[in-house]
Amino acid sequence: MAIDTEERRTPLPERLAAQMTKIGDQVQGSQAWTSIFRPGSIFRKGYTDSPRNRSYVIMNSVLYHLHPVKVKRHAVKVSYTLCLGGLSFFLFILETVTGIFLMFFYRPTAAQAWDDIYILQTSVTFGLLVRNMHRWGAHLMVITVFLHMARVFYHGAYKPPREFNWVIGVILLKLTLLLSFTGYLLPWDQLALWAVTVGTNMMGYTPVFGDQVRFVLLGGVEIGTDTLLRWYVLHVLMLPFVLVIFLAVHFWRVRKDGGISGPL
Amino acid sequence: MVEIPEHLRKRAEEARAKAEAAKAAAAGGPAEAGSGDGASEAQQQAASKIPPHLLERSKAARAQASGGAPEAEAPAAAAGGGGVAVAAPPTAPEMPATGPGGHTQRLLTVVKSGSIQDVKSKPQDKVHVWPHLLVVEFVAALFITAFTLIFSIFVNAPLLELANYNQTPNPSKAPWYFLGLQELLTMFHPMVAGVTIPGIGLLALMLAPYIDKNPSKRPEDRKFAISLMTIHLMFWAVLVIIGSFFRGPGFNFVFPWEAGLFFEL
Repeated sequence: MAIDTEERRTPLPERLAAQMTKIGDQVQGSQAWTSIFRPGSIFRKGYTDSPRNRSYVIMNSVLYHLHPVKVKRHAVKVSYTLCLGGLSFFLFILETVTGIFLMFFYRPTAAQAWDDIYILQTSVTFGLLVRNMHRWGAHLMVITVFLHMARVFYHGAYKPPREFNWVIGVILLKLTLLLSFTGYLLPWDQLALWAVTVGTNMMGYTPVFGDQVRFVLLGGVEIGTDTLLRWYVLHVLMLPFVLVIFLAVHFWRVRKDGGISGPL
Repeated sequence: MVEIPEHLRKRAEEARAKAEAAKAAAAGGPAEAGSGDGASEAQQQAASKIPPHLLERSKAARAQASGGAPEAEAPAAAAGGGGVAVAAPPTAPEMPATGPGGHTQRLLTVVKSGSIQDVKSKPQDKVHVWPHLLVVEFVAALFITAFTLIFSIFVNAPLLELANYNQTPNPSKAPWYFLGLQELLTMFHPMVAGVTIPGIGLLALMLAPYIDKNPSKRPEDRKFAISLMTIHLMFWAVLVIIGSFFRGPGFNFVFPWEAGLFFEL
Protein backbone atom coordinates (compact mmCIF):
# COMPACT_ATOMS: atom_id res chain seq x y z
CA MET A 1 0.00 0.00 0.00
CA ALA A 2 3.00 2.25 0.36
CA ILE A 3 3.47 2.22 -3.40
CA ASP A 4 -0.09 3.35 -3.92
CA THR A 5 0.23 6.38 -1.70
CA GLU A 6 3.47 7.32 -3.42
CA GLU A 7 1.80 7.00 -6.80
CA ARG A 8 -1.00 9.22 -5.65
CA ARG A 9 1.46 11.86 -4.54
CA THR A 10 2.87 12.28 -8.11
CA PRO A 11 0.67 14.55 -10.24
CA LEU A 12 -1.58 13.02 -12.88
CA PRO A 13 0.09 14.43 -16.03
CA GLU A 14 3.44 12.99 -14.97
CA ARG A 15 1.91 9.61 -14.27
CA LEU A 16 0.20 9.68 -17.69
CA ALA A 17 3.45 10.65 -19.40
CA ALA A 18 5.24 7.78 -17.67
CA GLN A 19 2.47 5.41 -18.73
CA MET A 20 2.68 6.61 -22.34
CA THR A 21 6.46 6.11 -22.42
CA LYS A 22 5.99 2.61 -21.06
CA ILE A 23 3.41 1.71 -23.70
CA GLY A 24 5.55 3.29 -26.40
CA ASP A 25 8.55 1.23 -25.32
CA GLN A 26 6.45 -1.92 -25.29
CA VAL A 27 5.13 -1.29 -28.80
CA GLN A 28 8.53 -0.40 -30.21
CA GLY A 29 10.07 -3.41 -28.52
CA SER A 30 7.49 -5.84 -29.88
CA GLN A 31 8.33 -8.39 -32.53
CA ALA A 32 5.73 -6.99 -34.92
CA TRP A 33 7.25 -3.52 -34.75
CA THR A 34 10.85 -4.64 -35.25
CA SER A 35 9.83 -6.89 -38.12
CA ILE A 36 8.15 -3.99 -39.94
CA PHE A 37 10.82 -1.36 -39.42
CA ARG A 38 14.24 -2.49 -40.51
CA PRO A 39 17.41 -1.42 -38.69
CA GLY A 40 18.07 2.26 -39.26
CA SER A 41 14.41 3.20 -39.49
CA ILE A 42 13.79 6.40 -37.58
CA PHE A 43 10.76 4.69 -36.03
CA ARG A 44 12.89 2.03 -34.38
CA LYS A 45 13.62 2.05 -30.70
CA GLY A 46 16.94 3.66 -29.93
CA TYR A 47 17.40 5.40 -33.28
CA THR A 48 20.33 7.73 -32.92
CA ASP A 49 21.86 10.11 -35.43
CA SER A 50 24.96 8.15 -36.31
CA PRO A 51 26.69 7.67 -39.68
CA ARG A 52 25.74 4.00 -39.52
CA ASN A 53 22.04 4.76 -39.03
CA ARG A 54 22.13 7.47 -41.67
CA SER A 55 23.34 4.85 -44.15
CA TYR A 56 20.75 2.32 -42.99
CA VAL A 57 17.92 4.79 -43.53
CA ILE A 58 18.75 4.80 -47.24
CA MET A 59 19.83 1.19 -47.68
CA ASN A 60 16.89 -0.34 -45.84
CA SER A 61 14.14 1.55 -47.61
CA VAL A 62 12.78 0.45 -50.97
CA LEU A 63 11.90 4.01 -51.92
CA TYR A 64 14.93 5.87 -50.62
CA HIS A 65 17.46 3.45 -52.03
CA LEU A 66 16.93 5.04 -55.42
CA HIS A 67 19.49 7.34 -53.84
CA PRO A 68 23.05 6.41 -52.98
CA VAL A 69 23.97 6.55 -49.30
CA LYS A 70 26.09 9.61 -49.90
CA VAL A 71 26.11 12.30 -52.56
CA LYS A 72 28.52 15.05 -53.47
CA ARG A 73 28.06 18.03 -51.23
CA HIS A 74 27.15 20.37 -54.07
CA ALA A 75 24.43 17.93 -55.25
CA VAL A 76 22.20 18.91 -52.35
CA LYS A 77 22.39 22.61 -53.17
CA VAL A 78 18.90 23.75 -54.12
CA SER A 79 20.32 26.62 -56.17
CA TYR A 80 21.99 24.13 -58.51
CA THR A 81 19.14 21.75 -59.41
CA LEU A 82 16.18 23.84 -58.25
CA CYS A 83 14.71 20.40 -57.45
CA LEU A 84 13.19 20.38 -60.95
CA GLY A 85 13.85 16.73 -61.80
CA GLY A 86 12.64 15.55 -58.42
CA LEU A 87 9.56 17.75 -58.65
CA SER A 88 8.74 16.35 -62.09
CA PHE A 89 8.89 12.85 -60.62
CA PHE A 90 6.84 13.87 -57.62
CA LEU A 91 4.21 15.47 -59.86
CA PHE A 92 4.07 12.23 -61.83
CA ILE A 93 3.26 10.41 -58.58
CA LEU A 94 0.67 13.07 -57.71
CA GLU A 95 -0.90 12.62 -61.17
CA THR A 96 -0.97 8.86 -60.70
CA VAL A 97 -2.69 9.10 -57.32
CA THR A 98 -5.29 11.69 -58.40
CA GLY A 99 -5.72 9.87 -61.72
CA ILE A 100 -6.57 6.58 -60.00
CA PHE A 101 -9.21 8.43 -57.99
CA LEU A 102 -10.70 9.87 -61.21
CA MET A 103 -10.77 6.45 -62.88
CA PHE A 104 -13.37 5.25 -60.37
CA PHE A 105 -15.90 7.73 -61.76
CA TYR A 106 -15.16 7.83 -65.47
CA ARG A 107 -16.27 5.77 -68.47
CA PRO A 108 -14.50 6.49 -71.77
CA THR A 109 -17.42 6.57 -74.17
CA ALA A 110 -18.77 9.54 -76.05
CA ALA A 111 -22.18 9.03 -74.45
CA GLN A 112 -21.00 8.94 -70.85
CA ALA A 113 -17.65 10.72 -70.53
CA TRP A 114 -18.87 14.29 -70.17
CA ASP A 115 -21.73 13.34 -67.82
CA ASP A 116 -19.32 11.36 -65.66
CA ILE A 117 -17.04 14.36 -65.30
CA TYR A 118 -20.01 16.59 -64.55
CA ILE A 119 -21.33 14.22 -61.89
CA LEU A 120 -17.83 13.86 -60.48
CA GLN A 121 -17.65 17.63 -60.07
CA THR A 122 -21.11 18.10 -58.61
CA SER A 123 -21.89 14.94 -56.61
CA VAL A 124 -18.65 13.20 -55.65
CA THR A 125 -16.97 14.24 -52.41
CA PHE A 126 -13.73 16.05 -53.27
CA GLY A 127 -14.36 15.14 -56.92
CA LEU A 128 -13.96 18.69 -58.17
CA LEU A 129 -10.88 19.28 -56.04
CA VAL A 130 -9.14 16.10 -57.19
CA ARG A 131 -9.95 16.81 -60.84
CA ASN A 132 -8.56 20.33 -60.44
CA MET A 133 -5.40 18.94 -58.87
CA HIS A 134 -5.02 16.45 -61.70
CA ARG A 135 -5.44 19.17 -64.32
CA TRP A 136 -3.17 21.78 -62.75
CA GLY A 137 -0.64 19.17 -61.73
CA ALA A 138 -0.42 18.06 -65.36
CA HIS A 139 0.27 21.58 -66.62
CA LEU A 140 2.77 22.05 -63.82
CA MET A 141 4.51 18.80 -64.76
CA VAL A 142 4.93 19.92 -68.37
CA ILE A 143 6.50 23.13 -67.05
CA THR A 144 8.84 21.43 -64.56
CA VAL A 145 10.00 18.84 -67.10
CA PHE A 146 10.66 21.60 -69.59
CA LEU A 147 12.54 23.72 -67.04
CA HIS A 148 14.50 20.66 -65.91
CA MET A 149 15.66 20.20 -69.49
CA ALA A 150 16.69 23.85 -69.73
CA ARG A 151 18.55 23.60 -66.40
CA VAL A 152 20.45 20.53 -67.54
CA PHE A 153 21.36 22.18 -70.82
CA TYR A 154 22.65 25.38 -69.23
CA HIS A 155 24.78 23.37 -66.81
CA GLY A 156 26.26 21.40 -69.71
CA ALA A 157 25.21 18.29 -67.81
CA TYR A 158 24.42 16.44 -71.04
CA LYS A 159 28.13 16.17 -71.82
CA PRO A 160 30.04 12.89 -71.48
CA PRO A 161 29.46 10.60 -69.68
CA ARG A 162 25.83 11.69 -69.52
CA GLU A 163 25.00 11.92 -73.25
CA PHE A 164 22.71 8.92 -73.28
CA ASN A 165 20.79 10.06 -70.23
CA TRP A 166 20.06 13.31 -72.04
CA VAL A 167 18.56 11.30 -74.91
CA ILE A 168 16.41 9.39 -72.39
CA GLY A 169 15.44 12.75 -70.91
CA VAL A 170 14.25 14.11 -74.26
CA ILE A 171 12.17 10.95 -74.72
CA LEU A 172 10.68 11.53 -71.26
CA LEU A 173 9.82 15.11 -72.29
CA LYS A 174 7.98 13.82 -75.36
CA LEU A 175 6.16 11.20 -73.28
CA THR A 176 5.12 13.89 -70.81
CA LEU A 177 3.67 15.99 -73.64
CA LEU A 178 1.88 12.96 -75.05
CA LEU A 179 0.46 12.05 -71.64
CA SER A 180 -0.84 15.57 -71.21
CA PHE A 181 -2.23 15.66 -74.74
CA THR A 182 -4.04 12.30 -74.46
CA GLY A 183 -5.57 13.45 -71.17
CA TYR A 184 -6.82 16.58 -72.88
CA LEU A 185 -9.47 14.68 -74.85
CA LEU A 186 -10.97 12.73 -71.96
CA PRO A 187 -13.44 15.31 -70.55
CA TRP A 188 -15.14 15.21 -73.98
CA ASP A 189 -16.15 18.86 -73.93
CA GLN A 190 -15.82 21.44 -76.68
CA LEU A 191 -12.31 22.41 -75.51
CA ALA A 192 -11.13 18.77 -75.62
CA LEU A 193 -12.68 17.93 -78.98
CA TRP A 194 -11.38 20.92 -80.88
CA ALA A 195 -7.95 21.13 -79.27
CA VAL A 196 -7.40 17.50 -80.20
CA THR A 197 -8.80 18.13 -83.67
CA VAL A 198 -6.22 20.85 -84.23
CA GLY A 199 -3.44 18.65 -82.80
CA THR A 200 -4.25 15.50 -84.75
CA ASN A 201 -4.78 17.42 -87.99
CA MET A 202 -1.15 18.49 -87.69
CA MET A 203 -0.03 14.86 -87.29
CA GLY A 204 -2.00 14.04 -90.43
CA TYR A 205 0.54 16.02 -92.41
CA THR A 206 3.31 13.53 -91.64
CA PRO A 207 4.88 12.73 -95.01
CA VAL A 208 4.18 9.37 -96.69
CA PHE A 209 2.01 7.79 -93.95
CA GLY A 210 0.25 10.85 -92.56
CA ASP A 211 -3.23 9.43 -93.10
CA GLN A 212 -2.30 6.09 -91.57
CA VAL A 213 -0.82 7.78 -88.48
CA ARG A 214 -3.97 9.80 -88.05
CA PHE A 215 -6.18 6.74 -88.58
CA VAL A 216 -4.32 4.72 -85.96
CA LEU A 217 -4.41 7.56 -83.44
CA LEU A 218 -8.09 8.31 -83.92
CA GLY A 219 -9.27 4.74 -84.39
CA GLY A 220 -11.16 5.99 -87.44
CA VAL A 221 -11.23 8.88 -89.84
CA GLU A 222 -12.84 11.22 -87.33
CA ILE A 223 -12.59 11.79 -83.60
CA GLY A 224 -15.28 9.70 -81.93
CA THR A 225 -16.02 7.23 -79.19
CA ASP A 226 -13.29 4.89 -80.50
CA THR A 227 -10.77 7.71 -80.21
CA LEU A 228 -11.87 8.26 -76.64
CA LEU A 229 -11.30 4.63 -75.69
CA ARG A 230 -7.96 4.56 -77.50
CA TRP A 231 -6.67 7.72 -75.85
CA TYR A 232 -7.99 6.62 -72.48
CA VAL A 233 -5.98 3.41 -72.64
CA LEU A 234 -2.95 5.35 -73.84
CA HIS A 235 -3.39 7.89 -71.06
CA VAL A 236 -4.00 5.63 -68.08
CA LEU A 237 -1.99 2.57 -69.02
CA MET A 238 0.34 2.51 -71.96
CA LEU A 239 2.07 5.87 -71.77
CA PRO A 240 2.57 5.68 -67.97
CA PHE A 241 3.93 2.15 -68.41
CA VAL A 242 6.45 3.29 -71.02
CA LEU A 243 7.25 6.40 -69.01
CA VAL A 244 8.03 4.38 -65.88
CA ILE A 245 10.44 2.20 -67.84
CA PHE A 246 12.27 5.22 -69.18
CA LEU A 247 12.17 6.84 -65.74
CA ALA A 248 13.85 3.78 -64.25
CA VAL A 249 16.59 3.91 -66.86
CA HIS A 250 16.92 7.67 -66.34
CA PHE A 251 17.37 7.37 -62.56
CA TRP A 252 19.65 4.38 -62.86
CA ARG A 253 21.85 6.18 -65.36
CA VAL A 254 22.13 9.22 -63.10
CA ARG A 255 23.85 6.99 -60.55
CA LYS A 256 25.87 4.97 -63.05
CA ASP A 257 27.18 8.13 -64.66
CA GLY A 258 28.56 9.30 -61.33
CA GLY A 259 25.70 11.18 -59.73
CA ILE A 260 24.46 14.53 -60.90
CA SER A 261 26.91 16.71 -62.81
CA GLY A 262 29.58 18.60 -60.92
CA PRO A 263 29.62 22.28 -60.07
CA LEU A 264 30.41 24.62 -62.96
CA MET B 1 49.98 -5.96 -75.46
CA VAL B 2 51.23 -4.16 -72.42
CA GLU B 3 53.61 -1.38 -73.21
CA ILE B 4 56.71 -1.34 -71.02
CA PRO B 5 58.14 2.12 -70.36
CA GLU B 6 61.48 2.70 -72.08
CA HIS B 7 63.55 3.27 -68.95
CA LEU B 8 62.17 0.18 -67.23
CA ARG B 9 62.91 -1.98 -70.27
CA LYS B 10 66.52 -0.72 -70.37
CA ARG B 11 66.96 -1.38 -66.70
CA ALA B 12 65.64 -4.91 -67.11
CA GLU B 13 68.04 -5.56 -70.00
CA GLU B 14 70.99 -4.34 -67.94
CA ALA B 15 69.97 -6.55 -65.06
CA ARG B 16 69.68 -9.56 -67.37
CA ALA B 17 73.19 -8.93 -68.83
CA LYS B 18 74.58 -8.64 -65.32
CA ALA B 19 72.91 -11.89 -64.24
CA GLU B 20 74.41 -13.70 -67.20
CA ALA B 21 77.86 -12.35 -66.40
CA ALA B 22 77.45 -13.54 -62.81
CA LYS B 23 76.43 -17.01 -64.04
CA ALA B 24 79.52 -17.19 -66.24
CA ALA B 25 81.67 -16.24 -63.24
CA ALA B 26 79.94 -18.88 -61.12
CA ALA B 27 80.65 -21.53 -63.77
CA GLY B 28 84.37 -20.89 -63.23
CA GLY B 29 83.78 -20.59 -59.48
CA PRO B 30 83.05 -24.15 -58.19
CA ALA B 31 86.71 -25.13 -58.49
CA GLU B 32 87.56 -22.42 -56.02
CA ALA B 33 84.59 -23.14 -53.81
CA GLY B 34 86.26 -26.05 -52.14
CA SER B 35 89.09 -23.84 -50.91
CA GLY B 36 86.81 -22.28 -48.30
CA ASP B 37 84.24 -19.67 -47.51
CA GLY B 38 86.69 -16.89 -46.92
CA ALA B 39 87.79 -16.59 -50.55
CA SER B 40 84.27 -16.52 -51.98
CA GLU B 41 83.20 -14.09 -49.33
CA ALA B 42 86.03 -11.77 -50.30
CA GLN B 43 85.00 -12.09 -53.91
CA GLN B 44 81.42 -11.21 -53.04
CA GLN B 45 82.61 -8.23 -51.11
CA ALA B 46 84.59 -6.96 -54.05
CA ALA B 47 81.62 -7.36 -56.38
CA SER B 48 79.03 -5.90 -54.02
CA LYS B 49 78.18 -2.25 -53.98
CA ILE B 50 77.24 -2.25 -50.33
CA PRO B 51 79.19 0.45 -48.48
CA PRO B 52 81.88 -1.06 -46.21
CA HIS B 53 80.52 0.45 -42.98
CA LEU B 54 77.18 -1.27 -43.50
CA LEU B 55 78.91 -4.53 -44.25
CA GLU B 56 80.84 -4.21 -40.99
CA ARG B 57 77.68 -3.59 -39.10
CA SER B 58 75.91 -6.58 -40.59
CA LYS B 59 78.92 -8.75 -39.84
CA ALA B 60 78.91 -7.61 -36.24
CA ALA B 61 75.21 -8.37 -36.02
CA ARG B 62 75.78 -11.83 -37.43
CA ALA B 63 78.56 -12.48 -34.98
CA GLN B 64 76.32 -11.43 -32.13
CA ALA B 65 73.54 -13.67 -33.37
CA SER B 66 75.84 -16.67 -33.68
CA GLY B 67 77.17 -15.92 -30.19
CA GLY B 68 73.65 -15.95 -28.88
CA ALA B 69 72.81 -19.26 -30.55
CA PRO B 70 76.03 -21.21 -31.15
CA GLU B 71 74.26 -24.55 -31.15
CA ALA B 72 72.17 -23.63 -34.17
CA GLU B 73 75.01 -22.02 -36.09
CA ALA B 74 77.66 -24.70 -35.56
CA PRO B 75 76.18 -27.60 -37.56
CA ALA B 76 75.27 -25.26 -40.34
CA ALA B 77 78.81 -23.95 -40.49
CA ALA B 78 80.15 -27.51 -40.45
CA ALA B 79 77.88 -28.50 -43.26
CA GLY B 80 78.95 -25.48 -45.25
CA GLY B 81 82.62 -26.16 -44.67
CA GLY B 82 82.37 -29.86 -45.36
CA GLY B 83 80.24 -29.39 -48.42
CA VAL B 84 77.78 -32.13 -47.35
CA ALA B 85 74.78 -30.26 -48.60
CA VAL B 86 72.47 -33.27 -48.85
CA ALA B 87 72.05 -33.79 -45.13
CA ALA B 88 72.14 -30.11 -44.30
CA PRO B 89 69.05 -28.37 -42.86
CA PRO B 90 67.26 -25.97 -45.20
CA THR B 91 69.03 -23.00 -43.60
CA ALA B 92 72.36 -24.03 -45.18
CA PRO B 93 74.48 -20.98 -45.97
CA GLU B 94 75.17 -22.38 -49.43
CA MET B 95 71.78 -21.06 -50.59
CA PRO B 96 72.64 -19.62 -53.98
CA ALA B 97 70.90 -16.21 -53.88
CA THR B 98 72.06 -15.09 -50.47
CA GLY B 99 73.35 -11.55 -50.32
CA PRO B 100 76.35 -10.40 -48.31
CA GLY B 101 74.30 -9.60 -45.23
CA GLY B 102 72.52 -12.94 -45.43
CA HIS B 103 69.61 -11.27 -47.20
CA THR B 104 67.52 -13.38 -49.50
CA GLN B 105 65.87 -10.40 -51.19
CA ARG B 106 66.88 -7.00 -52.39
CA LEU B 107 65.20 -3.78 -53.32
CA LEU B 108 64.89 -3.52 -57.06
CA THR B 109 63.17 -0.19 -57.44
CA VAL B 110 60.83 2.18 -55.71
CA VAL B 111 57.72 2.91 -57.73
CA LYS B 112 56.08 6.12 -56.72
CA SER B 113 52.30 5.98 -56.80
CA GLY B 114 51.02 7.92 -59.75
CA SER B 115 53.83 7.01 -62.17
CA ILE B 116 52.36 3.62 -63.05
CA GLN B 117 49.04 3.49 -61.25
CA ASP B 118 46.48 5.96 -62.48
CA VAL B 119 44.35 6.72 -59.45
CA LYS B 120 41.09 7.90 -60.96
CA SER B 121 38.82 8.33 -57.99
CA LYS B 122 39.88 11.28 -55.95
CA PRO B 123 38.37 11.65 -52.51
CA GLN B 124 35.30 13.85 -52.75
CA ASP B 125 33.45 15.99 -50.33
CA LYS B 126 30.29 13.98 -49.72
CA VAL B 127 27.33 14.23 -47.41
CA HIS B 128 24.78 11.68 -46.27
CA VAL B 129 21.58 11.61 -48.33
CA TRP B 130 19.67 11.29 -45.06
CA PRO B 131 19.12 13.89 -43.80
CA HIS B 132 20.72 16.40 -46.16
CA LEU B 133 19.03 15.48 -49.47
CA LEU B 134 15.86 13.82 -48.23
CA VAL B 135 14.92 16.84 -46.17
CA VAL B 136 15.24 19.11 -49.21
CA GLU B 137 13.21 16.72 -51.34
CA PHE B 138 10.56 16.37 -48.68
CA VAL B 139 10.16 20.13 -48.32
CA ALA B 140 10.03 20.56 -52.11
CA ALA B 141 7.37 17.85 -52.44
CA LEU B 142 5.38 19.36 -49.59
CA PHE B 143 5.60 22.79 -51.19
CA ILE B 144 4.43 21.65 -54.61
CA THR B 145 1.57 19.64 -53.07
CA ALA B 146 0.47 22.63 -51.04
CA PHE B 147 0.69 24.86 -54.09
CA THR B 148 -1.36 22.48 -56.27
CA LEU B 149 -3.92 21.95 -53.53
CA ILE B 150 -4.43 25.62 -52.75
CA PHE B 151 -4.49 26.56 -56.43
CA SER B 152 -7.06 23.81 -57.04
CA ILE B 153 -9.27 25.06 -54.23
CA PHE B 154 -9.51 28.51 -55.77
CA VAL B 155 -9.29 27.85 -59.53
CA ASN B 156 -11.49 25.27 -61.22
CA ALA B 157 -10.40 23.25 -64.22
CA PRO B 158 -12.45 24.17 -67.29
CA LEU B 159 -15.36 21.97 -68.35
CA LEU B 160 -17.08 23.51 -71.35
CA GLU B 161 -20.32 22.22 -72.84
CA LEU B 162 -20.52 18.72 -74.34
CA ALA B 163 -18.43 18.08 -77.45
CA ASN B 164 -20.35 19.07 -80.57
CA TYR B 165 -19.09 18.34 -84.08
CA ASN B 166 -21.44 20.88 -85.63
CA GLN B 167 -20.29 23.85 -83.63
CA THR B 168 -16.65 24.79 -84.15
CA PRO B 169 -15.51 27.25 -81.49
CA ASN B 170 -13.84 30.34 -82.83
CA PRO B 171 -10.90 30.30 -82.36
CA SER B 172 -10.13 26.61 -81.79
CA LYS B 173 -6.78 26.26 -80.13
CA ALA B 174 -4.52 23.31 -79.36
CA PRO B 175 -3.19 22.78 -75.79
CA TRP B 176 -0.89 25.62 -74.83
CA TYR B 177 2.36 23.68 -75.36
CA PHE B 178 1.36 23.06 -78.98
CA LEU B 179 0.32 26.65 -79.63
CA GLY B 180 3.81 27.46 -80.91
CA LEU B 181 3.25 24.87 -83.62
CA GLN B 182 -0.21 26.23 -84.36
CA GLU B 183 1.36 29.65 -84.65
CA LEU B 184 3.84 28.26 -87.18
CA LEU B 185 0.86 26.97 -89.16
CA THR B 186 -0.06 30.55 -89.96
CA MET B 187 3.34 31.05 -91.58
CA PHE B 188 4.22 27.76 -93.29
CA HIS B 189 2.66 24.85 -95.12
CA PRO B 190 1.19 22.41 -92.56
CA MET B 191 3.77 19.74 -93.37
CA VAL B 192 6.63 22.15 -92.65
CA ALA B 193 5.02 23.68 -89.56
CA GLY B 194 3.50 20.54 -88.08
CA VAL B 195 6.05 17.88 -88.89
CA THR B 196 9.32 19.10 -90.37
CA ILE B 197 10.20 21.93 -87.99
CA PRO B 198 9.25 20.17 -84.72
CA GLY B 199 10.74 16.92 -86.01
CA ILE B 200 14.09 18.50 -86.80
CA GLY B 201 13.96 20.48 -83.57
CA LEU B 202 13.40 17.41 -81.39
CA LEU B 203 15.98 15.38 -83.30
CA ALA B 204 18.56 18.13 -82.89
CA LEU B 205 17.67 18.32 -79.19
CA MET B 206 18.22 14.58 -78.77
CA LEU B 207 21.51 14.70 -80.63
CA ALA B 208 22.76 17.78 -78.77
CA PRO B 209 25.43 15.88 -76.75
CA TYR B 210 26.77 14.29 -79.94
CA ILE B 211 26.80 17.55 -81.89
CA ASP B 212 28.28 19.70 -79.12
CA LYS B 213 31.82 18.35 -78.81
CA ASN B 214 33.04 21.11 -76.52
CA PRO B 215 34.18 19.32 -73.35
CA SER B 216 33.97 22.37 -71.10
CA LYS B 217 30.98 22.94 -68.86
CA ARG B 218 31.84 26.49 -67.90
CA PRO B 219 29.42 29.07 -69.28
CA GLU B 220 32.25 31.33 -70.49
CA ASP B 221 33.51 28.53 -72.77
CA ARG B 222 30.07 27.71 -74.15
CA LYS B 223 28.89 31.06 -75.42
CA PHE B 224 27.73 29.68 -78.76
CA ALA B 225 25.81 26.70 -77.34
CA ILE B 226 24.15 28.83 -74.66
CA SER B 227 23.19 31.57 -77.12
CA LEU B 228 21.76 29.03 -79.56
CA MET B 229 19.68 27.32 -76.88
CA THR B 230 18.48 30.62 -75.44
CA ILE B 231 17.42 31.85 -78.88
CA HIS B 232 15.51 28.60 -79.44
CA LEU B 233 13.79 28.71 -76.07
CA MET B 234 12.88 32.36 -76.53
CA PHE B 235 11.61 31.61 -80.03
CA TRP B 236 9.23 28.95 -78.71
CA ALA B 237 8.23 30.99 -75.69
CA VAL B 238 7.33 33.98 -77.88
CA LEU B 239 5.37 31.78 -80.30
CA VAL B 240 3.48 30.10 -77.45
CA ILE B 241 2.69 33.45 -75.82
CA ILE B 242 1.48 34.94 -79.11
CA GLY B 243 -0.59 31.85 -79.86
CA SER B 244 -2.06 31.82 -76.34
CA PHE B 245 -2.88 35.45 -75.72
CA PHE B 246 -2.62 37.39 -78.98
CA ARG B 247 -4.82 35.27 -81.23
CA GLY B 248 -8.53 35.90 -81.35
CA PRO B 249 -11.43 34.83 -83.59
CA GLY B 250 -10.26 33.33 -86.87
CA PHE B 251 -6.81 33.04 -85.25
CA ASN B 252 -6.27 36.70 -86.13
CA PHE B 253 -3.82 38.84 -84.20
CA VAL B 254 -5.51 40.73 -81.33
CA PHE B 255 -4.36 42.52 -78.22
CA PRO B 256 -5.69 40.76 -75.10
CA TRP B 257 -6.30 44.12 -73.35
CA GLU B 258 -8.60 45.20 -76.20
CA ALA B 259 -10.33 42.06 -77.44
CA GLY B 260 -10.13 39.95 -74.25
CA LEU B 261 -8.62 36.54 -73.63
CA PHE B 262 -9.23 33.59 -75.94
CA PHE B 263 -7.40 31.03 -73.89
CA GLU B 264 -8.41 27.95 -71.91
CA LEU B 265 -6.01 25.72 -70.01
